[in-house]
Amino acid sequence: MKRIINLGVLLCVALFLSSCGYNSLQTQEETVFKAWADIEATLQRRADLIPNLVATVKGYAQHEQETLQKVVDARSKATSVQLSPADLSNPAAMQQFRANQGELSSALSRLMVVVEKYPDLKANQNFLDLQNQLEGTENRINVARQRYNEAVELFNGSIRKFPASLTNKFLLHLVKKEYFKADEAAKAVPKVTF
Amino acid sequence: MSNDLLIKRVPALLLTLALLFFWTRPALALEVPPLKGRINDYAGILAPATARQLEDVLQKFEATDSTQIVLLTVPSLEGTSLEDFSLRVVEAWKLGQKKLDNGALLLIAKNDRKLRIEVGYGLEGKLTDLVSGRIIRDIITPRFKEGNFDQGVIDGIAAIMAVAKGEFTAASTQSRHNSGVDPGAIIIFLLILFSVLGRMLSRVPLLAAGAGAILAPVFGAIALGLGGLGLLALAVLGFIFGLIAARIASATGNGFGSGFGGGMGGFGGGSSGGFSGFSGGGGSFGGGGASGSW
Repeated sequence: MKRIINLGVLLCVALFLSSCGYNSLQTQEETVFKAWADIEATLQRRADLIPNLVATVKGYAQHEQETLQKVVDARSKATSVQLSPADLSNPAAMQQFRANQGELSSALSRLMVVVEKYPDLKANQNFLDLQNQLEGTENRINVARQRYNEAVELFNGSIRKFPASLTNKFLLHLVKKEYFKADEAAKAVPKVTF
Repeated sequence: MSNDLLIKRVPALLLTLALLFFWTRPALALEVPPLKGRINDYAGILAPATARQLEDVLQKFEATDSTQIVLLTVPSLEGTSLEDFSLRVVEAWKLGQKKLDNGALLLIAKNDRKLRIEVGYGLEGKLTDLVSGRIIRDIITPRFKEGNFDQGVIDGIAAIMAVAKGEFTAASTQSRHNSGVDPGAIIIFLLILFSVLGRMLSRVPLLAAGAGAILAPVFGAIALGLGGLGLLALAVLGFIFGLIAARIASATGNGFGSGFGGGMGGFGGGSSGGFSGFSGGGGSFGGGGASGSW
């Protein structure tokens, strides 16, 4: 009889642990971190494309020095700031990061608008390739951002919902994460017409 | 009087309803159509012979390489962005094998004159944005501009296959299929567990019911990944089945199966829809690929 009761208690504890969110909260936080790493990877990918893009445009559009310089500056500013996982809960750091990336996005979209004036450039195979890569990367950034925000939504919701909220309050002490919203200025993704 | 008033108001009411309908329409994003096969020509731009031929070629390609390449044509995007729609399609269809993520979608929106190649994670190494862009730009759109959709699609899919060829082999997925836990083993394990428990608990129906109430959701959570209300329902089911099983067990003297009914309840929803022809293998996508227009 005693054994049976022990067994029951053990099962109750297992059930309690699986329903109170001790494990699932941590899994969800890891998902947020992973989604953030994906965003950083796609942003890095974009930054890596820029030197090549700038060099190609320079050859055809000497009169656009200012626009090009802005892209280069925005790139170095954007790549200088990285967020650690702990910073994901820091609104100010996130805001700064978002502003830098947004600046780069808008500098890039301005560049993509001015190149419309140069038909030779637009016919250049190398430039078309770069344009494809840039568009692809912007699209990946969007997807990664969407997925990150979904992960954050799930996590932030979970740490506030009963009974996981109690587990978090007394045991885990996990902090709410910040969303990575699109910057208003950056919403105009470089659009290309052939 | 009131009838008159009503009649006068009917047109206004209808107008309001119509306005509401049209206003909310853009919010209703274009729905992902069902996956019919490898060639989903909803816009009807391909000759039937071409569609059959492509279906055949792509089926053979999957048999040797396990890579899933699928075509979707839609008449119109209905105002949705091409990239958004494309991603929603591949997320719903889950093209490519699970873990290999070797799926690709060629999406053509006829009236918008736009097309996109959406590339799964596993193919991004070879079918890069650059390569996808070149396939669209140099191979597909020149044909489309001539109005020759059949040739454009045939050449485009041939180019995608040429790029993806050899990246994966079918053998690498077969071994993967076997690596999962055998459901038969789980059921046998549960049978033994419950028969032992049943024998122990047949004297005390309430304990059996309690065990059923606990075990059913535990297995539901572990084996099926259920949560929330599903678990609650399983707990109730497990309680009832445990009670019944203990009654039967004590009546027949055989403790077999106490709580078993509850545990098995967890498996009811486990079997997913049967295999009818072609379906996505569970691959995932991250927005790789390229778009173009003609």
